[in-house]
Amino acid sequence: MAVTSKAAPAAVATTAADDKPPNKYRQALPQYTAVAPFFILFAIFGAFPVLFSIWISFHSWDGIGQMKWVGLEQYHYLLTDATFWKTIGNTLIIWVLSTVPMLLLALVIANALHNATRLRTFYRIAYFVPNVTSVVAITLVFGSIFSNNFGLLNAFLQSIGLGKVEWLTSPWGIKIAIATIVTWRWVGYNAIIYLAGLQAISADVYEAAKVDGASPRQTFWRITVPMLRPVILFTAVTSTIGGLQIFTESRVLFGDTSSIGGPGDAGLTIVSYLYQSAFIKNQFGYGAAIGWALFVLIVLFSIINWRLIGGNDEERLTRRAARRVERRIAAQNAKKEAADVR
Amino acid sequence: MSVERVRTAVGHVVLMFGVLVSLFPFYWMVVMASNTTPDIFSYPPKLLIGSHLFENMGKVLDNIDFFGSMLLTLVASLAVTVLVLFFDSLAAFAFAKYQFPGRNVLFGILLATFMIPTQLSLVPQFVVLAQFGWIGSLKALVIPGAANAFGIFWMRQYAKGAIPDELISAAKVDGAGFFRQYLTVGLPVLRPGLAFLGIFTFINVWNDYLWPLIVMTDPNRLTLQVALDQLNGIYGTDYSMVMAGALMSVIPLIGVFLIGARSFIADLAAGAMKF
Repeated sequence: MAVTSKAAPAAVATTAADDKPPNKYRQALPQYTAVAPFFILFAIFGAFPVLFSIWISFHSWDGIGQMKWVGLEQYHYLLTDATFWKTIGNTLIIWVLSTVPMLLLALVIANALHNATRLRTFYRIAYFVPNVTSVVAITLVFGSIFSNNFGLLNAFLQSIGLGKVEWLTSPWGIKIAIATIVTWRWVGYNAIIYLAGLQAISADVYEAAKVDGASPRQTFWRITVPMLRPVILFTAVTSTIGGLQIFTESRVLFGDTSSIGGPGDAGLTIVSYLYQSAFIKNQFGYGAAIGWALFVLIVLFSIINWRLIGGNDEERLTRRAARRVERRIAAQNAKKEAADVR
Repeated sequence: MSVERVRTAVGHVVLMFGVLVSLFPFYWMVVMASNTTPDIFSYPPKLLIGSHLFENMGKVLDNIDFFGSMLLTLVASLAVTVLVLFFDSLAAFAFAKYQFPGRNVLFGILLATFMIPTQLSLVPQFVVLAQFGWIGSLKALVIPGAANAFGIFWMRQYAKGAIPDELISAAKVDGAGFFRQYLTVGLPVLRPGLAFLGIFTFINVWNDYLWPLIVMTDPNRLTLQVALDQLNGIYGTDYSMVMAGALMSVIPLIGVFLIGARSFIADLAAGAMKF
């Protein structure tokens, strides 16, 4: 750790050198001070609460009175709680309904953006605005668009001869409405990320594909998608984590506290249920247990994502494909060089 | 060549359609906020901007303490932003440019905290804040978020590339201590990175809904998002007024975004690529 002494500021070195030889921890005091705020805040508002939430989940507690030890009873109840399983189902359905179209559309938009030479900045900003707007405000707007009787969407469906759909009262309508809001907010964000990924792919690779006579579709599936794999993994993992935590949309759409998830709890998500249990019904222990179930789910789905998209076999295949392309480029360059020399 | 042209034209049509879909809800928000409720709920619905915007905005101000909520939200957002910028950049500077015992372990812990969903600690965090007596106060909105792992990680990546080691060595030769080096060498170079992190943090705090919903229990001290939801809950029948409120809550946010939009988007994308 010779480097440490080099990095240590002179002021501290002199005070430390009073009688003892400079201590490497003491010399690093300014650095520790610099990183301390995060770790102190994390200890109080992150690490401690996480550990404490295990403790709470073993208790029956209303948040004010005595905590009553119940052991694993909350978890036992959780596993048999039909509402809890329903919220998992709701959340997963909403997640699939939003993530799949969202990532596919983002890929299409990113591809179009990549090829567009004009208006690029305008497009990027226009696509990004939904992401930075207030979720509450925009959920209210969508709530009116999806409104059963007076909504714009139903007015439109009626005007083209199709009947009304009970968007905000039927189980599927509710889920589609929430998924639409999520998709609308996040398509642009993901498209921008994909665009950055596309721009990082070297033009040589496409050049090589062109020389080999690859069709645009082949180029897209054999080069663009495999090369984008790490970026796709990033967006898949982040949208999974985000998707499992959906709350605001469902809460604002079905605002009042008695039916926080809409008719028949069809829009009740895991986090809505956590919120409802802990902060409306004052079942803090149960809320904490739901929190842990959510954590397990997030870890589980992140691993699944990882395996599916970044997975071993697949990765090897992509690497092989990349190597093949590299070899081809190398061969081409060699040919070019040979021609240049001549 | 003409095939290529057709393809770009099709691309622009697709993109423009996407832009319309992206922006339509905002237009619709303005349409609803500027008409009367009976007008927007009539069939066929009004599709054009009306003349009742200021009347509806006035009703919002009559029914909720809009400016009070906005001030609270603004103060909280600014306070968190300033603290995050200072604490995160300071920590990032240390992590990026200095060797110290335990640095890698500490940074590893920091990265590991990304895995913890915020909802997991929602209940105990509330309990902790209740113990502190902070529930309902500005502190509950500001302090827990005053430094964050994402910001430190992002700033560290930025600092690594942006700050030349020579500059730090030169400052050291001049006898500057660590904090001096941070102020004179780190901060000026990190300014563009700080701009991104600042906008990002501000927007996130301004938009947050779940946390303020839980900790701001005094109905007279609500953040804008919670107040807006309340407005909808109580006066949901007057949709035009609710929309006027929504519009008023969104405008400052979009303003902040548009100021730095160009580099903000580029930085966000670059950040994602580094993960």
